[in-house]
Amino acid sequence: MSAYSITEPTRRSKLVAGVLVALYAFVTLLPLVWIISTGFKSGPDSISYPPKVVFEPSLEGYVNLFTTRTRVGAEEFENLPTAETWYDQIVRDQGMVIAGPSRFGERFLNSVIIGFGSTFLSIFLGTLAAYAFSRFKVPLKDDLLFFILSTRMMPPIAVAIPIFLMYRELGLSDTHLGMILLYTGVNISLAVWLLKGFIDEIPREYEEAALIDGYTRFQAFRKVVLPQAATGIASTAIFCLIFAWNEYAFAVLLTSGTAQTAPPFIPTIIGVGGQDWPAVAAGATIFLMPVMIFTILLRKHLLRGITFGAVRK
Amino acid sequence: MAEIVIRNLRKEFGSFTAVKGSSFTIGDGEFFMLLGPSGCGKTTTLRMIAGLELPTSGEILIDGEDVSQRPASQRDIAMVFQMFALYPHMNVRKNIAYPLVSQGMPRAEVAAKVAEVARILGITDILNKPVGGLSGGDRQRVALGRAIVRSPKAFMMDEPLGALDAEFREHMAEELRALHDRMGATTVYVTHDQLEAMQMGDKIVVMNHGVVEQFGRPQDIYDHPATLFVADFIGSPAMNFLRFQGGVKAGDRAVTLGDVRIDTPELHGDTAPTDLVLGVRPEHVTLTDNAPYRGRIEAAEYLGTTQIITLSTPHGTVKARVPSGLVTRVGDTVGLSFRAQNLSLFDAGTGRAFRTAANAGVFHG
Repeated sequence: MSAYSITEPTRRSKLVAGVLVALYAFVTLLPLVWIISTGFKSGPDSISYPPKVVFEPSLEGYVNLFTTRTRVGAEEFENLPTAETWYDQIVRDQGMVIAGPSRFGERFLNSVIIGFGSTFLSIFLGTLAAYAFSRFKVPLKDDLLFFILSTRMMPPIAVAIPIFLMYRELGLSDTHLGMILLYTGVNISLAVWLLKGFIDEIPREYEEAALIDGYTRFQAFRKVVLPQAATGIASTAIFCLIFAWNEYAFAVLLTSGTAQTAPPFIPTIIGVGGQDWPAVAAGATIFLMPVMIFTILLRKHLLRGITFGAVRK
Repeated sequence: MAEIVIRNLRKEFGSFTAVKGSSFTIGDGEFFMLLGPSGCGKTTTLRMIAGLELPTSGEILIDGEDVSQRPASQRDIAMVFQMFALYPHMNVRKNIAYPLVSQGMPRAEVAAKVAEVARILGITDILNKPVGGLSGGDRQRVALGRAIVRSPKAFMMDEPLGALDAEFREHMAEELRALHDRMGATTVYVTHDQLEAMQMGDKIVVMNHGVVEQFGRPQDIYDHPATLFVADFIGSPAMNFLRFQGGVKAGDRAVTLGDVRIDTPELHGDTAPTDLVLGVRPEHVTLTDNAPYRGRIEAAEYLGTTQIITLSTPHGTVKARVPSGLVTRVGDTVGLSFRAQNLSLFDAGTGRAFRTAANAGVFHG
């Protein structure tokens, strides 16, 4: 019998694991690559069959995403002064002229306001509630925690109609405040439960030491508990943001103008004579970026956060 | 510096009563030990003095002022926790400075105080290190530094040596006691280790099941335990208990075990015939051939300078601490004589010691 170690993987198992991970990465990354590359294709390239893997990159999609364009008569087109900027030129090459900016910028900004606003509110309220549940004798604590969890026991969209009616009565339809409150309502249970777990893991002695050192309960919470809970707060924030950022169904139902977010807007980008796929793909690419950057920035915390408590006594 | 008076202190957690009406006084500048087995209410008592728990009833007076319902931050007390509870996101310097920052002390003054404390504790070289990588002893010193930097009215210590290994513990105990002697601050120290309590304490309170069993100087508690629990808890090996039936009258100077008369200090109480317990410390037993009270040698444990001889007698097992040079043989029957002035007599029913000429003035409350 040859000697072997049960903790150190063999070369062979490492190789198999590597191949499997590469395969999985390929499958999950393919749609992403598809979207990003489509954003840089020209209109005809984007719908060519078989799909082009190698193509001449074009910024047409991005220009179309941020502009509205109009077709002018052939004579008039001839008499236009020469295009002043590179994006004017791209539009001219399609036989059109720029009529004005598109709504994409506004919709994107709405997504930022609503996504980050509701994440901030969920974390703010969730941390305070989780701390109270973790540290204080709250009457009916277990029932309250179960009640909070129960809000997640059916898909939020199941209550779409009542919420639609309520929002219409309250004047919250198509408002930033309305969407922030809605996403906060959905996320808060997740935030309370996750954060309670993290705060439970922080020894009470730290706060007690601060109390004895002359700080009030709130100061102890802010200066001692919060820095300790940073990991948990970061990972909870990512989960909340991902939900609020990507949410589609409520956004379609409750917003149409002022507060419309990017997800319901992007599919409505219509080109002349058909769906403008490069513009849609460009919108999707830009839309992906904030969450991706946010997650990459916090990924150390996220990994630590997910495995938090697993190895401590 | 302060005197702390505890009066009828009581703490209930739901239906469980952790502390049942404790009363004792901690003198100004005393090193005061709260001693007892786990779950006896000693930590709860300490936390009530510190203000981390509010008592259900009773009074806590610090320098004559009732602080029992005040939050910890307003009591001007420092505490050293068992697991040290150093703020993990701050370095050593910030940890020590933290209690001063809460008072809004100017920066230069904070820096000077921290430097002085670091010098006293010999930790100047680690001031800028994060607390995460420190050894147990250094963590202990940082925790002490954080406690003494503010010059509070009193120090609370919750088994501060519990997290250290045995060898280092002894060293740290000496360091702690030396620090106390130098600063003269009132210190309340919780421990379950009776040796630690005897070694370091000026006074000891022994608690059991939320009740104060006895409080006094270590010597008095050791020599004249007020209850069977204290007699059993303090001392290693514990006090020997010879159980017998009999009655005593005030003024008696002896008890009768079987048909053997054993001299005791003059008794001040009396009782009708009942179950009694004669308590004798192992070092107060002498093995002599001609003593009338006999026992059979069962075992001998060699401890270097002394040895512990285990004997069986008609009234129970007796352990005797005798010089290691004494030659004994297992199975032999020998005579046992006891030092009269060091004997204690207990009522087995109530567990309380009889008052005698020897322990008069030792018991409180």
